[in-house]
Amino acid sequence: MTDITNLTLTELVKKIKSKEISSTDITSNYIERSKSSKKLNTYIEETFDDALANSKKFDAKPDFQKKLPGIPIAVKDLYCTKNVKTTAGSKILENFVPGYESTVTQNLWNSGAILLGKLNCDEFAMGSSNETSHFGNVLSPIDNNLVPGGSSGGSASALAAKLTPATIGTDTGGSIRQPASFTGTVGLKPTYGSCSRYGIVAFASSLDQAGPMTRDVKDCALLLEVISSFDSKDSTSIDFKRPNYFSDLNKNIKGKKIGIPKEYRVEGMPAEIEKLWENGKEYLKNCGAEIIDISLQHTKYALPTYYIVAPAEASSNLARYDGVKYGFRVEGENLIDMYEKTRSQGFGEEVKRRIMIGTYVLSSGYYDAYYLKAQKVRKLIKNDFDEAFNKVDAILTPSTPSSAFKVGEKMDDPVSMYLNDIFTVPVNLAGLPGISIPAGLDENNYPLGLQLIGKPFDEQGILNIAYSMEEKINFNLNTSDWWIK
Amino acid sequence: MTIDLKTVKHISKLSRISVDDQKAKKLEKDLNSIFKWIEKLNELNTDNVEPLTSIAETALRLRKDQILSKNIREDILKNSPKDNKDYFVVPKVVE
Repeated sequence: MTDITNLTLTELVKKIKSKEISSTDITSNYIERSKSSKKLNTYIEETFDDALANSKKFDAKPDFQKKLPGIPIAVKDLYCTKNVKTTAGSKILENFVPGYESTVTQNLWNSGAILLGKLNCDEFAMGSSNETSHFGNVLSPIDNNLVPGGSSGGSASALAAKLTPATIGTDTGGSIRQPASFTGTVGLKPTYGSCSRYGIVAFASSLDQAGPMTRDVKDCALLLEVISSFDSKDSTSIDFKRPNYFSDLNKNIKGKKIGIPKEYRVEGMPAEIEKLWENGKEYLKNCGAEIIDISLQHTKYALPTYYIVAPAEASSNLARYDGVKYGFRVEGENLIDMYEKTRSQGFGEEVKRRIMIGTYVLSSGYYDAYYLKAQKVRKLIKNDFDEAFNKVDAILTPSTPSSAFKVGEKMDDPVSMYLNDIFTVPVNLAGLPGISIPAGLDENNYPLGLQLIGKPFDEQGILNIAYSMEEKINFNLNTSDWWIK
Repeated sequence: MTIDLKTVKHISKLSRISVDDQKAKKLEKDLNSIFKWIEKLNELNTDNVEPLTSIAETALRLRKDQILSKNIREDILKNSPKDNKDYFVVPKVVE
């Protein structure tokens, strides 16, 4: 039964429904493999005993009508899980046990899934390499000493290492798509308002979205169908008719118009990324799609805009961690001193840096020059996309400007770390859906991803295009299991 | 526009994050490099552009004025670092 962990989510669902395998079989296989993969440091909290008990409970009284019947799943530790510790990768939440469940994880359990554990991430999802976590950095299964990307780095690593059949991440500026690209997996950020933000530890509320991370596009459609829902507990949740992403998935993309934005050909982009992009265009042409050159002229302003908007919102969201309500406190001489000491010792360096950037751009005398300016440029960036989508059905770009880098390589230079998200951030600013699919390897055999960007609420459109490309690309992720003793 | 050490100390005070002199110097360097990069936005004329505050351009929904969460006090208070069962406890504020 050792090959259970090689099956995709869709295959597992099929085999469990045909009673070829049980939930207990699947769960115990994943637990065993996770236990021998500690070197990757993917889990912050393991709930293996409960998972096994729940799988036995499922097998005793199975419900095969569910979309994820008895399937064990580990999730990013940014989702609040009732009575299970939720840290967001931060010391300030190291003892926080929520009394409520996030809507997205509740949707998983309602569909029959079983919690395997909580996965490592950058602290408060602020990072692109999973090196800012209080619980240590995560290693990528792709190669020793390589980052898995971030902030959903533990999720990407656990998925690629086959420690969970699928997972969910969150994406504020690329935190699902960039780690998916680095680890040869599929990651989708839905349209803003598609998945509920209720119970997700907030980073930048106008940008945050939950999304699926899976081994292939079919799995991605299935998981999106489960987690996307209208939720009155999230004031920006949007009430639209959600398609059956999984059953509606098809490869009929003949005549689809795909835009290639010239501004994404950035200075110093490695030749192998250029080549990857060219190959992507060829695959699409072979599928019957039409390639159209487009312009997204404000692209180069997206990252600076993001680094005003996101820290501003974060400084406000993270004001709640004051040593009073969430378990961690450092005593001081008075109330203010207690606040300052708690936050100084409870937050890591990157989080403090971003809170301070956000506080500065919102402070008296600077609000117009920075925050208001950024909101205006955000409008221009969104206008670019609106205009482009008058001409095309979807947009094809590389997911990242390079393949994964080594642990420690970019930690001393914040701006060079931020540049990782150059192709993913504009999508969050405009609230659009984006998917990264594995599309090739670089000279070191590290995975490279291509991104498809869709019109608002057209997840089905980009899933179908990704599904068609996936067949042509025929990417195979081979890890040697080097981390298993 | 450069951020000096005095400004760093002021922002840290506003952020309620204590910062020692060594960290303040490091932050001064980091923040200046980040803001130098951010100031690229000034190349753009945005005089007649409406700011985009939210992608979800819908008005906030109203709901009935009903209590939906009941008996959650214990759940909420259990994460308090210090509690007396009924309240969050903080250092004395009023003399």
